[in-house]
Parts: sequence; C-alpha cells; structure tokens
Amino acid sequence: MLGKLSWSAIPFDQPIPLVAGALVLIVILAVLAWILAKGYMPYLWREWITSVDHKRIGVMYCLLALVMLIRGFIDAIMMRSQQAVAFRAPGYLPPDHFDQIFSAHGTLMIFFVAMPFVIGLMNFAMPLQLGARDVAFPTLNSVSFWLTATGALLINISLVVGEFSRTGWLAYPPLSELTYSPDVGVDYYLWSVQISGIGTLLTGVNLVTTVLKIHAPGMTYMRMPIFCWTTLASNLLIVAAFPVLTATYAMLLLDRYLGFHFFTNTAGGNMMMFMNLIWMWGHPEVYILILPAFGIYSEVVSTFSRKPLFGYRSMVMATMAICIISFMVWLHHFFTMGAGANVNAIFGIASMIIAVPTGVKIFNWLFTMYGGRVVFATPMMWAIAFMITFTIGGMTGVLLAVPPADFLVHNSLFLVAHFHNVIIGGVLFGVFAGYTYWFPKAFGFRLHEGWGRAAFWFWVIGFYVAWMPGYVLGLEGMTRRLQHYDVAAWHPWLVIAAFGTVIILLGIISQIVQLFVSIRLREELRDVTGDPWNGRSLEWSTASPPPPFNFGVLPNVEGEEPYWGIKQRAIESGELRPEPEYSEIELPRNSPTGFICAFFATFAGFGLIWHIWWLVILSCIGAFITFVIFAWRDRSEYVVPVEEVARLDRANRTARAAWLAANVQAAQ
Amino acid sequence: MSGAQAGTGISPADPYRIGHYAGFRQGTAVHAARELASKRVIVGYGFWIFLLSDIVMFSTFFASFGVLSGQTAGGPSGKDLFNLTNVAIETACLLFSSFTCGIASIGARTHDNLMYYGGMAVTFVFGASFLYFEMHEFVGLILQGAGPERSAFLSAFFTVVGCHGLHVTLGLMWLLTMVAQVFSKGYRPDILRRVLCFSLFWHTLDIIWVALFTIVYLMGAGQ
Amino acid sequence: MIQADQAERLHETDISPGDDRPDRSEIAHGLIGYAVGLALAVLLSIVSFFVARTSLVWQPSIPIALFVLAVAQIGVHLVFFVHITTGPDNTNNVMALAFGVLIVFLVIAGSLWIMSELNANMALPMNELMRMQP
Repeated sequence: MLGKLSWSAIPFDQPIPLVAGALVLIVILAVLAWILAKGYMPYLWREWITSVDHKRIGVMYCLLALVMLIRGFIDAIMMRSQQAVAFRAPGYLPPDHFDQIFSAHGTLMIFFVAMPFVIGLMNFAMPLQLGARDVAFPTLNSVSFWLTATGALLINISLVVGEFSRTGWLAYPPLSELTYSPDVGVDYYLWSVQISGIGTLLTGVNLVTTVLKIHAPGMTYMRMPIFCWTTLASNLLIVAAFPVLTATYAMLLLDRYLGFHFFTNTAGGNMMMFMNLIWMWGHPEVYILILPAFGIYSEVVSTFSRKPLFGYRSMVMATMAICIISFMVWLHHFFTMGAGANVNAIFGIASMIIAVPTGVKIFNWLFTMYGGRVVFATPMMWAIAFMITFTIGGMTGVLLAVPPADFLVHNSLFLVAHFHNVIIGGVLFGVFAGYTYWFPKAFGFRLHEGWGRAAFWFWVIGFYVAWMPGYVLGLEGMTRRLQHYDVAAWHPWLVIAAFGTVIILLGIISQIVQLFVSIRLREELRDVTGDPWNGRSLEWSTASPPPPFNFGVLPNVEGEEPYWGIKQRAIESGELRPEPEYSEIELPRNSPTGFICAFFATFAGFGLIWHIWWLVILSCIGAFITFVIFAWRDRSEYVVPVEEVARLDRANRTARAAWLAANVQAAQ
Repeated sequence: MSGAQAGTGISPADPYRIGHYAGFRQGTAVHAARELASKRVIVGYGFWIFLLSDIVMFSTFFASFGVLSGQTAGGPSGKDLFNLTNVAIETACLLFSSFTCGIASIGARTHDNLMYYGGMAVTFVFGASFLYFEMHEFVGLILQGAGPERSAFLSAFFTVVGCHGLHVTLGLMWLLTMVAQVFSKGYRPDILRRVLCFSLFWHTLDIIWVALFTIVYLMGAGQ
Repeated sequence: MIQADQAERLHETDISPGDDRPDRSEIAHGLIGYAVGLALAVLLSIVSFFVARTSLVWQPSIPIALFVLAVAQIGVHLVFFVHITTGPDNTNNVMALAFGVLIVFLVIAGSLWIMSELNANMALPMNELMRMQP
C-alpha cells in the first residue's frame, strides 16, 4: 500500500535532521496559522498563488530563492564547522550525514537558489523592459513556478522522511546506481530535479518566445536593453540544455527503477557516458546562471554611471558568442577521464576562447564607468565587487582550462574555490544587485541603504575570507568532500574558512534585517515617481509597483535607452508629453492550474520516490484532468475598463509632472 | 489561419513591421495597444521552440544509442533481432498519418467538418496501428529474453524507440482531446491554435521516426 | 544574430511554423502540398529500406547513403509538412531550427567522438598497461 514507506523512514535516531525538520515544520505551521488568523488566505490565493502576472511570479521565484538560500547556507555552515573541527577527530557530523549535507547544499544552491533567483528577476524585469504587458504564456509561467516549488518541497521533505542523496550534487554513477545507493536518497534527488527541470524548460520556452515576439512598438532587437539580450541567451541555453539533463536523469532512473544498463558496471553499461552527458547540460548551466547576472550588471553600471552602456553592439555579440561557445566546452569538467590528448587539447582551447567575450564584457563595464559620474549606491557596489572578484575567479578558471594544470588540481578544493568564486562573486552578487535595483519597482519603496551596505561588506569580506583559503588548500592537495583529515597544514586554513562563513552569516542576517527595516520605514523610502535611480530603460517609465497591465499605453520606442530619451525631452520642453488616448486592456485571467498541477506533481513525485504506484497513477490522472479543465475554459481574459487604465496612468503622470516641475526649477 | 494574420493590418506603410506606420510618426498614437505579432504566431513559435527542445532530448537518447549500440554483453545484436518488415509497416503508418494530419489541419483552417474529423479519425487509426506494431515488437523481444535488462544495447534501444512510442501515445490522447474540443467549442481561434500545435507535434514525431528507422533499425540491422 | 536593420527588413510578416503562406490558403493548394510531400517521403523511405538490404552497392557506403537519404527525407518533412521555408516570414523559425540542429549535432557528434577516443585510449593491450606501471 505505501510502497517502501514505513515508520523507519523517519530518522528518530538522528537528532540534527529531526530537530531541524521539526523547527521548519513549526515555522511553516506558525506562518500558516498567522495567515489564516489574519484572514489573508483569500488574498494570497487570489492575488499570488493563482496569479499569472509575470511580476508576481517573478517575486515569488525570488522569495523561494531567498528561503532556499537560508536552507542551503545552513548546510554550508555545518560543512565548514565540521571541517574546522574534524582535524584528527571525527567532528560532529557522521560521514553518512556529511555526505547528505554536501549533496543537498550543491543541489539546493544551484537548482533552488541560483536558478529561481535569476529566473525570478528575468520574469519580473524583462517584459517591463521590452514594454510588454506580460510574457508570451502567462499560465504556463505559473505552472513553471509551481513545478520549481514542488522540487524544492520534495528536497525538504527528504530532511524528515527518508534521507537525501549522498552522491554529490550531480549523482555520478555507478555510486548513484541501485547497487551502491539502494535507499531513496538518490530518488529524492532525481525526482525533485526532474520535476523542477520541467518547470525550468517551460520557462525557457516562454521567455525565448517573449523576447523574440512580444515588444512595444519600435522595440527592435538592437534597441533592447542588454538584460533582455542576456535573458534571450540564457533561455536559449535552457531550451537546449535542460532536455539533455532530463534525458540523462531519465536514463539513470531507468537504471534504478527498471534494471536498464546505461551507466552500470555490468552488461555493457558505460558510466563515462553519464559524465559526458551530464556536463553537456552542466556547462551551459553555469552560463544560464551567469548571463542574466551579466545583464543586471550592464543595467546597473550604466544607470549608476549616468552614461549609456559602452559598446552596446559588442556586448550583444559577446552575449550571443558565449551562448554558442558555452555548448562546446563541456569536456573540461572531465579532462582526467582519459579521452586523450587530442580531445583535451581542443576542449581546453575552446574553454580559453570563451574567456574572450567575457573579457570584452568586463572592459565594456569599465569603459562605461570611465568618465561617468559614478553613484555608489548598493547595486553599483555589488557590481564593482563583482568585477574584481569575477576576474579572479575567471583567471583561476582559465588555469583550470589548461589540461595539464587541471590534472594537478582536479577535484581539489582549488576547483571548489574556483566555482564558488564565480558563482558567489558572479551570480549571487548579480542577483543581489538586481534584487536591490528592482525592489523599489516591485514594491514601491527602496531597500534601506545602510543595512544594504552592511550586508555588502559582510558578504564580500566574508567571501574572500571563506574562499581564498580554498585555493591554498587545493594547491596543498586537499580533495573536496572530506569529512575528516589528518594533515596539520590544512587545519589553520579550514579554521579561517569557517570564520569567513560566519562573516557571510552576518551578511545574510543584515539582509534579513534590511528587509524588515525597509518594510517598517517604507513611507520614508517610498518611490513616488517610479524612477528612483534615474533609470534609462522602460521599466522606470511606469509606476512603482506597476499596474497589472504594466503600461497605460504601450510606449513608442524611438531609439536605444527609450526612457532616457523620453525623460530628456520632457526636461527640455519642461512638460510631459500630451496625455495619450486610453483604451481598455485585455489581461489574462488568473488560474489555479499551476498550483493544482504542482499539487499533483508533488504527490506523483513522492509516490515515485517511495514506489507508491497507486498514488502516482492517481496524481497523473489528476494532472491530466486539470489540464483538460483548463483547456475547456471559455474566457481566458478579462478587460480592464478604460476609466481604470486612465486613473492609474494619470496618477503616475501627476507624480512625474511634480518631479519634472521641481527638476526644471532646480535647473533654472 | 494565416489569412487572419495577414488581415490584422500590417500596413503597407510599415514594411518593417515594428508598429511605426506612417500615422504613428505623425503623432496619432491611438493604436499603440495593438499586438504586434498575432497570437497564432506567438503560440506556434513557442511550441516550435518546445519541439526543438524535445528533439534535443531525443538527440541525447540517440547519442547514448550510438555509444552503446555495440555493447551487447554477449546478447543478441540488432542484426539478430530486427524485423524490417515490421519497421516498414510502422513507417508506412506514420507517413500516411502525417498526410492525414495535414488534411485535418486544412479542414480546421477551412472549417470543413469532413476533412477535419475524417482526417483526425484516420490519423488516430494510423497512430494506433503504429503503436500496436511497436508493442508487438517489444513484447516479442521481451518474450525471447531480449528485454532492456539484457544489455546496454537493448537498454538504449528500448529507451530511444520507447520514448518515441510514448510521444505517439501522448499524441493520440491529445488528438482525442482536440477532436472533443472542436466538437464542443467549434473552430474558435484558441482551439485552432491548439490544432496547429498538435499538427506540428505529429509532424515532428514523424521526423524523429525517420531518424529512428534509419539509425536504429536500418543501420542496426546492417551491422 | 543578423544586424538589426537587416533583420527588420527580413521580417515583413511573421508566419507560425506549420502554417502555409497566406497567398496559398486554398484547399487544393494545401492538398497538393501534402500529397507531394507524402509521395517524396514514401519514395525516400522505400529507397532507404532498399539500400539497407541490397548487395548491389559497395557495402561501406551504405551507412552514408542511409544518412543522406534520412537528411533528405527530414528536409522533405520540414518543407512540405511543417512548411518551413527560406522566406522572410520564416526567419525566426529557421533561426530556431538552425540553433536546434547545431545543438543536436554537438550532442551526437561530440558524444560519439569523445567516447570513441576514450574507448581507444582505454583499450590498451594488457602488457602495455603493465609497462606503464611505475
């Protein structure tokens, strides 16, 4: 009846996961009780859970990422403290538990922190920048988000019901095969990644179509802000790479569930094929993460340098070049596999070539700052820290791209330090910059600057203290994923690294405090005009937060940096453009389809993990019925009446007219 | 419904299709809320992107088949197992179903009930026959001890062919849904967009089958 | 990516993949298109099945012939069934297809090449392996 599930699945003998799980459960129940007691549930259901508005979905993606960031960071603290104390000692985490923690940390941070964060920001900002009303497929967007949330939920269920994978964040066979990992840990990993991977793929389809097909009038490709270009490149990579991930993990699942022989030791299986296929996804994946971050830096650097981006066309070329070349370098993740000198040489050279367009980008940002009046607001500080940190990470990456050097440091902490260097220093700093930059657009008030700076300094200093020792340790020969060790030379560096993690913890605490302080002081931090940073692209031309239809009338784009042009003309003439003729706007109706699908996907995933087949069948039937009901609906859109459009747009015009009057006076 | 799209008014004064037709420049910005690409183009394009991602997924299975096709682990190889007559019948089923699917989509475009329902019905019969022959082959293989657990070659074979078969099964479910939708809702634009996506899906399955019978069966039987 | 100005000039109107050009919307035209496609596809399939089993041609050339025939047939399907054309209204569709084909090529050719090199390297004779031991 319940497949492999029994009371023994709950780890009563292991206090750490049990207490952690109980705490999380209490927090969730408390929040739920608070929501119900305050009567917020109908509001949440109507305005958020069933919402198909790209802005709401983007915000929910970012929220999911922030919550999972905390969960993944707790794993990080546990690993660092374990390694700090486990010198000639067992430490406090048994190997079995330590292995689950590093697997969960990697999986969470890539699939459920970095991915949702960049997807959330793309979802939120890209349609606004294009001057669009929504993405191409709004309901599909909601399905994508809830499937990602399902994956995150399944991973967190593994904390208390059963156990998580012990095979690292990519589940290399043959260790991940049934012979060596007979329990449900790997299944938890595989099904949560598969389910969220489908969500990500659908997002990719959705956003590629949006960038290529839905624009404001006049928004031609070469007038799009760079963030839209990087969104396009990143989502093209999603569309091309995630099917490979799905297929590869499908093969591993067939091995585990039906006794196939893709990656087994026996009957002709070839586990090296897994390395080959998984990195064919894995390498584009890192560019899926970093390209949107590059886009955010481009927006931020140009806005806070008060200058157009230097070398726009070269930036577009570099982005698309990275998009293509990132598919030709995957072998550098397994130089040591033994494919031979010819193969290694070609992939090593390709890996060095991909550093060229990235270098082009760094120079473009530097030249944008050069001669500009740089405003050191928090987003800009993240961008500057990124340029320094990412250059270091990039150079260690080029080092790893040289096969002979890679042979020396592969699988050492040098490698681990390298990818933390580029993912924290590149992706995470980028999404923090974007979070601070677009927060006022999403909620109508800015984040507190002082706490933002505190978070910034703690994060940057903490990162260097935590990860620069990693390079030293790698060169001293320390391999990754060690539960304990007995080399005296490593110990001080690991203590320093643990200390760095504590500094990062202060950074995260500052960010949480910043959020609460900002909500408390929201009236002081209010963004009245909708243009708090003196921005240049279209998202700043509408109110903060934007109305559901984004723009009262679609903007007419006449050049690059359209909003900057509109603003300059208004300042020159001293008045806003004449009021447009409003008309009613059709918007997609909200739909619970995404949430209900995810509900069934959660049960289907749980059933598959525990071999509860009737649950799987019921859930699949439920999901199919949900789709049919969705397909049968007759009204997919509602109409915002012209008075409502005019009211909201006039309010924004009034605020802008007041700003303009003050500004023109100041200029005179 | 390409006719309808041409009718959405891409003005001759706007040859570059960016919404700036002559009136716009002169400041009469009344039509700015107009959608630039028609919904049909957006939906069709989005589905096209999805299909390309599906093809990439198949290419992963093909790559695995290519790498593992020699790994028979002492078991039977493609030469011993494949019955090319069966494959030829399957191919014929799919090719003709692609043709009838095309007729159904003409019927949907012109609101011709006979062509639409007739085309869909024949497509269903051909698709179901294809599935029957494939099942027949799979069951036969498993019964003679050449199931997917036998060797890496057979694992890869069952996966790549089975994944296509799974797609055909989903396609048939979709086909029935579309027939029911047109029956109950009529030839509404949103329904017609789904018919368009279905026909794209069906033609793409045919394209994948061409790669399948060439690489898996014909080349496999020749080895 | 093409230069913006050129791209705009190419985009006179867009057409969804699967749709025929608006000026070819009569039933007869559509039917003829599908019928020609079917005839060509059937012909190419028959030739493929014939070539695979024939002893008339030089045997090592058969896989290449089959590959060429398959590519031709896929082309026929794309043109006559999916209505992909080189026309300006199809630029986006063709670009997407080209990207997909590039990825498919990289996945398949890359895997086969890497794995064959790996197998060649791993298939050292036993005595040579012994000699490599320190």
